[in-house]
Amino acid sequence: MTASLPAHMHPSRSFQGLILTLHNYWAEYGCVVLQPYDMEVGAGTFHPATTLRALGPKKWNAAYVQPSRRPKDGRYGENPNRLQHYYQYQVILKPNPSNLQELYLGSLAAIGIDPLLHDIRFVEDDWESPTLGAWGLGWECWCDGMEVSQFTYFQQVCGIECAPVAGELTYGLERLAMYVQGVDNVYDLNFNGREGDDKVTYGEVFLQAEQEYSRFNFEHANTAVLLRHFEDAEAECKALLDAGAPSSKDNQPLHKMVFPAYDQCIKASHVFNLLDARGVISVTERQSYILRVRNLAKACGEAFLQTDAGGFQLNDKAA
Amino acid sequence: MPDLLLELRSEEIPARMQRKAAGDLKKMVTDGLVEAGLTYEAAVEYWTPRRLTLDIRGLNARSKDVHEEKKGPSTKAPEQAIAGFLRSAGLTDISQAHIHSDPKKGDFYVAHISKPGRAAEEIIAELIPGIIRTFPWPKSMRWGKASAKPGSLRWVRPLQSIVCTFGPETEEPVVVDFEIDGIRAGNVTYGHRFHAPGAITVRRFEDYIAKLEAAKVVLDADRRKQIILSDARNLAFANGLELVEDDLLLEEVSGLVEWPVVLMGEFEQDFLAIPAEVIRLTIRANQKCFVTRVQGETENLSNRFILTANIEAKDGGKEIAHGNGKVVRARLSDALYFWTTDQHDLPDLDQLTDSGKKFGLDMAKPLDQRMARLDHLGVTFHAKLGTQGARVERIKRLAREIAPIVGADRALAERAAVLAKADLQTEVVGEFPELQGAMGRKYALLQGEHPSVAAALEEHYKPQGPSDRVPTDPVSVAVALADKLDTLVGFWAIDEKPTGSKDPYALRRAALGVVRTLIENGVRLGLGPIFSFWETSLAPENIEAATPLSKTDMRPARNVDLLSFFHDRLKVYLRDQGARHDLIDAVLASGAPSLPLAGRVSAEPTGGGGDEALGSARPPSALPGISPARGEMGSSSNDDLLQIVRRVEALGSFLDTEDGKNLLAGTKRGANILAAEEKKGTRVADAVDPALFREEAEHKLFAAVNHAESQAAQAIQNEDFSAAMLALSVLREPVDSFFEGVLVNDEDEAVRANRLALLSRIRAATDKVADFSKIAG
Repeated sequence: MTASLPAHMHPSRSFQGLILTLHNYWAEYGCVVLQPYDMEVGAGTFHPATTLRALGPKKWNAAYVQPSRRPKDGRYGENPNRLQHYYQYQVILKPNPSNLQELYLGSLAAIGIDPLLHDIRFVEDDWESPTLGAWGLGWECWCDGMEVSQFTYFQQVCGIECAPVAGELTYGLERLAMYVQGVDNVYDLNFNGREGDDKVTYGEVFLQAEQEYSRFNFEHANTAVLLRHFEDAEAECKALLDAGAPSSKDNQPLHKMVFPAYDQCIKASHVFNLLDARGVISVTERQSYILRVRNLAKACGEAFLQTDAGGFQLNDKAA
Repeated sequence: MPDLLLELRSEEIPARMQRKAAGDLKKMVTDGLVEAGLTYEAAVEYWTPRRLTLDIRGLNARSKDVHEEKKGPSTKAPEQAIAGFLRSAGLTDISQAHIHSDPKKGDFYVAHISKPGRAAEEIIAELIPGIIRTFPWPKSMRWGKASAKPGSLRWVRPLQSIVCTFGPETEEPVVVDFEIDGIRAGNVTYGHRFHAPGAITVRRFEDYIAKLEAAKVVLDADRRKQIILSDARNLAFANGLELVEDDLLLEEVSGLVEWPVVLMGEFEQDFLAIPAEVIRLTIRANQKCFVTRVQGETENLSNRFILTANIEAKDGGKEIAHGNGKVVRARLSDALYFWTTDQHDLPDLDQLTDSGKKFGLDMAKPLDQRMARLDHLGVTFHAKLGTQGARVERIKRLAREIAPIVGADRALAERAAVLAKADLQTEVVGEFPELQGAMGRKYALLQGEHPSVAAALEEHYKPQGPSDRVPTDPVSVAVALADKLDTLVGFWAIDEKPTGSKDPYALRRAALGVVRTLIENGVRLGLGPIFSFWETSLAPENIEAATPLSKTDMRPARNVDLLSFFHDRLKVYLRDQGARHDLIDAVLASGAPSLPLAGRVSAEPTGGGGDEALGSARPPSALPGISPARGEMGSSSNDDLLQIVRRVEALGSFLDTEDGKNLLAGTKRGANILAAEEKKGTRVADAVDPALFREEAEHKLFAAVNHAESQAAQAIQNEDFSAAMLALSVLREPVDSFFEGVLVNDEDEAVRANRLALLSRIRAATDKVADFSKIAG
């Protein structure tokens, strides 16, 4: 099933080989293989290819890598397992095929995890994203006791029932790579699969950035500016949703500006994460910020259902 | 008789739901079968992570034919009534009905309805889909293509297949044919996900369980548990270790595997510097593994842990053990980081100065810093009762007042109260909330707190229930009482009382905790003064606005209600101890129904609780503005729980004596006469007038009552309930003689009123001790 890669690109030797193997596997299945979304997000789920496309009746199968930023998880490059910037591999299949578990296990086999050598388990984990107004049931997927993926059947996204349900697979790429490469420190991962002088490690690519961003996240991010950014993004999101809203007067039944509005929702969410890392949000305020982002997400989700991609059919309303 | 095999195979069911789900399935199916007129001999449920299975034996092949007669209206009834009868009986024409005669009512219609029995298969095929659709999963989901439409099937995780076969032992069973959302019942299942992925055709339970076993699935969860437990013990033993057993973990692990294989992993010795409880919880919560001890050790753990895999790995499990070891190490690194971080300065110390001053904290110490941060962050305790900081302030002031009463050093009690909740801000407790208190104690010892202070940080949460240990160190007792009383008075003030089965703040447990702590430590504490101290000195500023019941003028009613809540807990407690509840009622009923605003507080040395007479030396009241008005109200407000217990004990002993029994009988007799006359409106003299006595027995009884009453009053003032009983016991003889020789209902109205007054004096005298009318017998 997997296209053959040169030996040095084998997932057990190369981080990028792991990514390419997953790309091949899911491309073979028929997913559109997308590139990362070009905005700062906390998880692959925030990519509009998941959040928005999980809504509505249309079939949608996609796979992509998404750099994920969690400002609070920064450890100045000193923790071998924790990063404020890392990669998720995201697969979204709508509706979920009935053999999704088998497909997932096939992807593990493709990257060299033999289920008769390694103990693979599906352990209860109900997923919820308060900021996205989303929840689903599923599992943490364990390999020899390590959580290597999240497996979720979306039930609700943006506060809207999923019909049909989408299956979401999220692989923690660094963890998985550390596992298949047999490495204890993320910075020791072999990135390009070469040896000797040609070898590039994960640390060479990201260690300095981890240190710098940790300083930024915890010490230097300008909270006054961030607070303003939050307000701006929130206002802009609402304004764009208003501007693009369907209007019977102008004979415009579809929403015309969902994606740009949703970008502002993503922005607000990331700014909130930065403010949170800077410790300027009190326990009570936290809830209200989460609620504000959730309201934006909800409005974007509702607007998306009024678009072509959201499955809105003109002839439904034309008469 | 035929047997039924049902298997619902799904994607992995959460471990914690499996046992109950299998039980629910059995109940719903057997109830449904019985309701449809079938009987069965036995039903057993099974479960694994991927299936719920039901084995029903000795089911009828058909339900019985049922004949019934349905009575209708009179033959002369109007047309409308007859039409209604036809509809309800399922007839098309009245000629199908029979006519019966009744000598009184005349002729009337009767429908003979016969329902032929149905084949069991038909019943099953109709029953099961309904059960699947309405199955009571705590959380369920939709999936796949079908979920595009509303009303699609819900299950805990996607339902993959259904096996449903039915048939007698001697014949080939048949598949019961039904379909639900595209899943058609059949006779095919699957074994272990990795070891035996192929389809398995089954006939009945015997070959089903055997074929599963061959396909590396142990169907019986209790057998899986047994395998895990004995293999884990043996593996530990073979390595010179002992398994730290954990029933809940065992139950969970048995729900995570179909083919349990026990393996051992290890981590570096260095991590053993982390407290054992933290290691155990870290490994348990995150990795679902058991920890071990070196044989003979009681506290310290070894660096080996035991995991349960779901496969027989090609390499004997080396990779699996190695991989699990890596994860455990990463988790323990986190735990070690938490444990050491908690012992160091906080980064935001400069922002915590104000909070530090407010609580008199020593900001050089880690736990003090955590308390300052708890206050600084304004973490809410309850929206209407303010922040955790405000709560700690209240507990501190209460502990300060309670300390001398329980024989605790005030400074130590205050210190313990101030640090009591500090560990909520530690990293370890953030990760494992169940370690609150235990971690506070460890960190307190590390920063050199007095051992009693450190102990109180853990013990003030005790007792957590009827069987939990009660704190005995006076400092722990003071803080435990302060914490629980603050909670109880506070939640009463905002009208958040337990109702029915709802008790979200565990107030019943808190009140029982107060009861047990007071009684088992022999502490005398007037609850009334505590209530008023809280209300006047501690209540949050805006509490009046919280609820209508938090208004000042509602206080007396609220306090009576709260006190009776304590009395209820006390009754439950005493009843569990074997006390007669009528005696408890009798003692409680003798008290005044309302609380005096001022009250008494006193103590006897802690650790007592014996039944020797109470000492007479009492420390002065600790609560400001409250005089130790002991004596005249001593026994009447019932807010001193220990005193109630003493009175119940004294009453019980007294009633065991011959004097007690007779006095009870005499008093009851007098009280009955009095009650009957009072009801009739017969006059009772305001006071007894000896001039109106005609009989010697009257004189004697009057003298005895006077004497007994003053003696009993004196004894009660001294809180010597046995002496009070003894004083009353001398009444027995004169009371008996009075009833023998004197007719209360004398013809002379004045004499009668005087005699009734004498009877009321008996009641008044005995009432000092207990309301005898509440006592049985």
